[in-house]
Amino acid sequence: MRVDLVLANWHLFAQGAWLTIQLTALALAIGFCIALPAGIARARRKRFVSPAINAYVYLFRGTPLLVQAFLIYYGLAQFDWIRGSWAWAYLRDPWWCALIAFSLNSGAYATEIIRGAVETAPRGELEAASALGLSDRQRDWLVLIPSALRRALPQYGNEVVFMLHGSVVASVIALQDILGAGRTLNARYYLAYEGFLTAAALYMAITFAIVGTFRLIERRYLRHLAVANAR
Amino acid sequence: MKRILIPAVAAATLAAGPALAISICVEGAYPPFSETAPDGSIVGFDIDIANALCDEMGEDCRLVRTDWDGIIPALLEGHCDAIIASMSITPERRQVVDFTKKYYHTPAMLVGPEDADFDDRPEGLAGKVVGVQRGTIHQDYMERNYPDTRLTLYASQDEAYLDLVSGRLDAVMADSIAITEGFLNTPQGENFTQIGDTHYDPEVHGEGAGIAVRQEDTELRDRLSDAIRAIREDSTYDEIAERYFDFDIYGEEPAS
Repeated sequence: MRVDLVLANWHLFAQGAWLTIQLTALALAIGFCIALPAGIARARRKRFVSPAINAYVYLFRGTPLLVQAFLIYYGLAQFDWIRGSWAWAYLRDPWWCALIAFSLNSGAYATEIIRGAVETAPRGELEAASALGLSDRQRDWLVLIPSALRRALPQYGNEVVFMLHGSVVASVIALQDILGAGRTLNARYYLAYEGFLTAAALYMAITFAIVGTFRLIERRYLRHLAVANAR
Repeated sequence: MKRILIPAVAAATLAAGPALAISICVEGAYPPFSETAPDGSIVGFDIDIANALCDEMGEDCRLVRTDWDGIIPALLEGHCDAIIASMSITPERRQVVDFTKKYYHTPAMLVGPEDADFDDRPEGLAGKVVGVQRGTIHQDYMERNYPDTRLTLYASQDEAYLDLVSGRLDAVMADSIAITEGFLNTPQGENFTQIGDTHYDPEVHGEGAGIAVRQEDTELRDRLSDAIRAIREDSTYDEIAERYFDFDIYGEEPAS
């Protein structure tokens, strides 16, 4: 073990960790903004909208994230009309390509999570809301969505971890994320073990932080279930 | 020369006793030295040299395609016994592997668009984005001499070419032959050209490309060095070189 070489290159890993966390967090946020309306529309089986969302979900869940990233980064760059358009200012940059791929991918998975949570809304809850004289809109925003999001929490926690691990794809489109730092160490000093072990340890630390955070959130928002289980 | 597995050379085997198969790591994304043909086989100068050296040594060789990133670890972990992948002989690499004598030598060069408004001096490239293959002498050279240039690192040379064409990169620094044959002389490289002069800094660029072996395999190293000399002396090396280059790829004879 050449720990000294890892320490001498700590800035590579620090920069990589920042990029990984930044990309993962932004992609999850954008993915969530896609998934909330899309998931509810899917659960309601809205005409026209639902098949389109269905196609999106199938496309992005049916193909590996790596392939999606390659298509967006190398694929789109082949078309002159794309390189000549306003979008090129963003697509030129690997950071934006990664963010677009990750967001769309995470959005597709989160859509299915939210769809499931909305579909399993207890009838009694909704009937109670109507009985209290809430309008449909009030019922959705005050009862259905909050309770669906609570039910979605454990599954969504998984999605956050999957997105973090999926973000390694950034390192194959010329971004220096945590894995990129490991690969640089490997390529420069031929330290496969040290570089990748450091990367693995960093991913694990972030994963534990995510899992711990979700445990706290679940303890707060799923308290009613915890009490029920305790009995 | 599209085969990857070389049939055992029966006569040599009989004469020298049963030969142990040697595995050789090659890359496959570094034209014209090694590239992947449409049928999936690997072809190129490195491959032909590997085959010629094995024939010369009377060995039954197996070529193992390995990504550049993992090629030295693959050697050290025993997935192969030698690397023939245009690997420059450098002091850093010498710390972990041993090298034969060089089998070719070429300088480095910068390539950019024909209408580029910059030159290849450090001041000219300040603020520009230059692509290099990760972990190569070209990355070291750029980092050492071009502190104000933004470097983008690629796992393979081909990916850097793709981004040069798409306009993500202002220029690519690479081996002069690899980039001339693998990019400039292809339809892809139509609107691109060499910028400035060739670059050669013995301290960074080393003495040329050699064959890497594990440090304890001195016998294999010497046999490969002898085989390089042998194919240089008969016409084998020149015949192979003529297929790819119209100039002397070997460079000067090394001081022995």
